[in-house]
Amino acid sequence: MEFELGDRIRIEKDGNVYEGIVMPTTTDHVVFKMVSGYNAGIDPEGATITLLEKAQPKSAAKKEKAEKAKPSKKLPKVTILSTGGTIASKVDYRTGAVTAQFSADDIVDAIPEITEIANISGRVVYNILSENMKTEYWTELARAVAEEIENGADGIIVAHGTDTMMYSAAALSFMLKTPVPIVFVGSQRSADRPSSDNAMNAICATKVAVSDIAEVCVVMHDTTCDDRCAIHYGTKVRKMHTSRRDAFQSINCNPIGYVDYSTKRIETILPYTKRGTHELEVKATLEPKCALVKFVPGADPDILSYYIDSGYKGIVIEGTGLGHVSTDWIPNIRRATEAGIPVVMTSQCLNGRICDRVYDTGRDILKAGAIEGEDMLPEVALVKFMWALGQGGDVSEIAAVMSTSVENEITECTLK
Amino acid sequence: MIDYRELGLKCGLEIHQQLNSKEKLFCRCPTKIRDTDESNFEFFRYLRPTASEMGETDRAALEQTKVNRKYIYKAYDSTCLVENDEEPPRELNKESLDIALSIAKLLHMVPVEQLHVMRKIVVDGSNTSGFQRTAFLAGGGHLDTSEGDVGVDVLCVEEEAAQKIEDAGDSIIYSLDRLGIPLVEIGTAPDIISPAHAKETAANIGMLLRSTGKVKRGLGTIRQDVNISIAEGARVEVKGVQALDLIETIVEREAERQVNLLEIRRSLLERDASVHEEIFDVTDLFRETESKVIKKSLKKGKVLAVLLPGFAGHVGMEVQPGRRLGTEFSDRAKTSGVGGIFHTDELPNYGITEDEVASLRDFVGAKEGDAVVMVADKEKRAWGAMESVLIRAKEALEFVPEETRRALPDGNSAYMRPLPGASRMYPETDVPQVEIRKDYFDTIEIPELLTERAKRFSKDYGLNEELAEKIAYSQDLTLFEELMSRFNNDKNVTATLIVTTLTGLVPELKRDGVNVTNINDEHFKQMFEIISSGDVAKEGIEQILRYVAKKPKVNIRDSLEDLGLTGIDTSQIEEFITKIVEERQDFVKEKGPAAVGPLMGIVMGEFRGKIDGKVLSELLKQKINECINT
Repeated sequence: MEFELGDRIRIEKDGNVYEGIVMPTTTDHVVFKMVSGYNAGIDPEGATITLLEKAQPKSAAKKEKAEKAKPSKKLPKVTILSTGGTIASKVDYRTGAVTAQFSADDIVDAIPEITEIANISGRVVYNILSENMKTEYWTELARAVAEEIENGADGIIVAHGTDTMMYSAAALSFMLKTPVPIVFVGSQRSADRPSSDNAMNAICATKVAVSDIAEVCVVMHDTTCDDRCAIHYGTKVRKMHTSRRDAFQSINCNPIGYVDYSTKRIETILPYTKRGTHELEVKATLEPKCALVKFVPGADPDILSYYIDSGYKGIVIEGTGLGHVSTDWIPNIRRATEAGIPVVMTSQCLNGRICDRVYDTGRDILKAGAIEGEDMLPEVALVKFMWALGQGGDVSEIAAVMSTSVENEITECTLK
Repeated sequence: MIDYRELGLKCGLEIHQQLNSKEKLFCRCPTKIRDTDESNFEFFRYLRPTASEMGETDRAALEQTKVNRKYIYKAYDSTCLVENDEEPPRELNKESLDIALSIAKLLHMVPVEQLHVMRKIVVDGSNTSGFQRTAFLAGGGHLDTSEGDVGVDVLCVEEEAAQKIEDAGDSIIYSLDRLGIPLVEIGTAPDIISPAHAKETAANIGMLLRSTGKVKRGLGTIRQDVNISIAEGARVEVKGVQALDLIETIVEREAERQVNLLEIRRSLLERDASVHEEIFDVTDLFRETESKVIKKSLKKGKVLAVLLPGFAGHVGMEVQPGRRLGTEFSDRAKTSGVGGIFHTDELPNYGITEDEVASLRDFVGAKEGDAVVMVADKEKRAWGAMESVLIRAKEALEFVPEETRRALPDGNSAYMRPLPGASRMYPETDVPQVEIRKDYFDTIEIPELLTERAKRFSKDYGLNEELAEKIAYSQDLTLFEELMSRFNNDKNVTATLIVTTLTGLVPELKRDGVNVTNINDEHFKQMFEIISSGDVAKEGIEQILRYVAKKPKVNIRDSLEDLGLTGIDTSQIEEFITKIVEERQDFVKEKGPAAVGPLMGIVMGEFRGKIDGKVLSELLKQKINECINT
C-alpha cells in the first residue's frame, strides 16, 4: 500500500482497526495521528492498510500570522540576532526531537509583548544548536552585531543556545566596545511548552536592551520561579546546571542587577558602562589555536607535549584547588613558556582565586613561567587568550593582558 | 419515569484510575501523597498557550489563559526536578505499563505496537509543564453488562496532575506530590443507554481495576468523567465525578439540562429573541449606587451591560434544580476572572434599586420582554465577561453548546471550558517511544476477577457468600491471602475468624476511637500465630488489637503477660470453677443443667481471652453435673 506523510489511512491488524493521518517515523512502524490527537505506531507486517484520503496540499493561510505591530517612532530600536537554540526551537518531525528552526520573526510572533518595549527587527545570523558553535562564528556574530549598531540599533539581543552561550558572551565582551546594550538570552525549557522560560527571558532581555546598561551581558532566570531575571556580565557567567531555569550564575561576582518580571523594572547592584560612553569599536580577530586542559590526578604530562608540539599558541590549565598540577607536569609547563607559549593557570573549583604562592608545587609552577588566572573562569580565560593572542603583541604583553581585567573578567577583591 | 431511549440518550464513561506503582510515570519519585505541611519548598510560575505541531492553538487552552494567573507549587523531599519542570522526564515507568497492559487484557483490548507519549496541553497550572503526558495504549475492547456489550475504545496511560490546594482567583496553589502518579484512562464507546446503566458500567470497570490488586484505593484515586448527549443536544463532558453513587444523578441531571436548554431555545425562537452585539458602559448610572458589590468594583473598574432582546423571563429559567440560564451566563463570564453577573430577571436585588434597573433598561434601550445582563469589575475582566455572555446567549438561540463541565456535589454541573480538540496534542519528544511486542503482551497475566475470587474463597475456605465478597473487595485482600496460605485448615484460626476480624472488628475499633492505623500486617500475623498455638483464645483478639494500636512497637508474645492473657493452667481453672459451683450449690441443684448459663458469665469474666470459651463451658458443665449428681 502506497501512502505518504499526511495521508489519511485505515490500518487493520489482529482484529483492531485504526484510522489516522500518517506521521513521520524513525522506525519501521507506521506512525499515525488519530482523531483524538494521539499518535501510535503499528508494524505494517501482517496489517491491511487502506488509503482513505490523500494529503491536502497545505493552504497558505494555514497559520494566520498576527498582524505585526506597526513600528512606533517613540520606541527604541532593538535587533534580535538569532543563532538558534532553545529559545527558538520546535519539534522536528524528521528526527522527532527538538531542533532550532525559528527566525527572529517567529520569536516576535511567539512573544508579542516585546513589541511593546521596542521596535523589533530580526536577523538570522546562523541557525545551529549551540553545541555546534565554532570560534569563527564568534567573529561573524561580533561583526553582525556591529553592523546592526552602526545601522542605528539602540540595543541588541542575541538569541543563543544555552550550552555555549557563556563562550559567545565572553568572546563578544572582548571583541566589542559597545555604546549600546548587547544582551544574550536563551531558554532552558524548550519554547514549544507552555511553561517555557523563553518568554520571560526574552521580555526581560528586551528591557535590558533598551536600558542604560551598555554591556555585553546574559539575561536569564535568576531562580526557579518566574520572579526575576538576573543580568550577568558576559565574562563572569557560567551555566551551572544541565536543565534548571536558573542554570546561569555569576561566579566570583554578583550579577549587574535584576529585571523584575511583574513590574519590568531593572534594579542594578554593580557599576556598569552607561549607554553612549564608548564609541563602537570592533576587535574581532581571534587566535583559535588555544587549548583548555583539565588536570586530573595521574594525568600524563605528555598531554601538554601534544599541544606544545602541535603548534598551539596558548594553553589554559584548569588545575586543582588554588591552581595546581602534579610535579611531573611542571617541566612541560616550563618547556611551553620557554617556547613562547604562555600558560595560564585557572582552577576547577571555579569559585575563588588562583594563588600559586602557598604551596611548593604552586611556587614551582610560577617559576616555570605560568600566569595566575586570578578569579577568571577557565572558559573565559580561554576565550580571552584567543582574543589577546589575536590582537598581537609579544609574550610579556600577552601575559600582562591575561592578568589584568579587560572586561570585568577579573575582580579586584574576591567576593565572600 | 423518563424514557431515555426516546430522548436518544447516549452516554460514555471516561474513568481515571491511579496505579499503585512504586515510582511515578516519568521519574523515580515515590507515588506517595503528602501532608501539605510537610512541603519544604515553594515556587511559582506563569503559563502561556503554545501552538501544536500542526500550528494550531487549542481553544480550551486559549480560554484558560484569558486570565494570567500565578501558579504556586509546593514541593516535597519526595518530589524532584521532573515535577518542578526543571528536568526532562525519564523513560516511561515499566511497572505502570505492565499494570496497564493487564487492564487491557481484562477489557479484551489489543495494545498498539509502538506507544507514543504525547503532550496534552493543559494550562490551568495543574501540570507544571503546561501539558499532561499521555499515551494511547490500546483500543477495541468491550465490557459485558446487563444491557449487552459496552465498547471500550480507549486505554491510555498518563500522568496524574498536581492537586489544587487553594484558589485565590489570580493565584492558585498546587501540591506536587500527586503530579506524575501513573493513571490509566479508560474510555467507553457511547453505548450506555440509561443512568442506571452508566452506574453499572462504572461499577464494573471499577471492579476490574481493583482485580489487578495494583491500583490505588481511597478517595480521589478514581475519577469518572461522563460524556452525555441527547438527540438534538450536544456532547457534554462532565468531569470529576468522585463517587460512584453520583453517576446516575449526573446523567439524569445533564439529560434534564439539555432538555430544558432545548425548550428554552424553542421558546426564545418563538418570541423572536435575539442578541444585541454591543457592550454598553453604564458605569455612570451607578456612581451613587448603594449596592456594596458594585461600589467595591467601581473603585478600580466599570459597570458594563449587554442587551438581550426577547430574553426576559428566560434568563431566570431553570436548567437544573437551582441553576438557571443566567447561571450558565455567569459560569462563562467567570472565565474572565469576574465574580459573577447580574441580570434583569433577578433585579432589583443585591442592593440595586428599581430606579437603577429602570435607568439601566432605558440606557441600553431595553423594551418590555428584553433582558439586560450586567457586570461590575476591572474593565478588562468586565469586557471579557460581557463578550462571553454574548457568545453564550447566541448559543442559547442556536444549540446546546458542546463543552466540558465540572461535576458539582449535588449532581449538577458547572461550565469549565470548551471541549478540547486534537490540536492540544503534540508529541512528547523527551520520551522515547516504547515498543510493545506481541510476545511480551502474551506474557502479561490476566488477573483473577474479584467476583471470581469471592466465589473461590467461598468454596475453598468455607466462607459464607457475604464474607467472601467482603474480603475479596476489601483493601485487606492481600493480607487475607497471606494469612490463609499460612492458616488454611488451622483448628483455631479459621477463614471466618480472619475475615470477621479484618472487616468487622477492626472497623468497629476504629469507630470506637482506636488508632487502628498503627496495627500493621505483621501484628496480625503474630497475633493469629498465637491464636493458632492455642496459647490465647480468640476472645483475646480485641484486647490484643487495642493494645498494639497503643503500643505498635511491642512484640505481642512478650506482652501477653502484661495483657493478662497468659500464665493460666487448667488446674487453676478447675479450682476456680469448683469454687464457684460449691459456693452456689443450692442454686445449681435448683436449676439443674440450666445453671450453666448464669455461671458462665462469672467464669468468662475471669478468663476471657485466656482460654477458649468452649473449653470453659465444657468444664463448667462437667462440674455442675458432678454437683447435681452428688
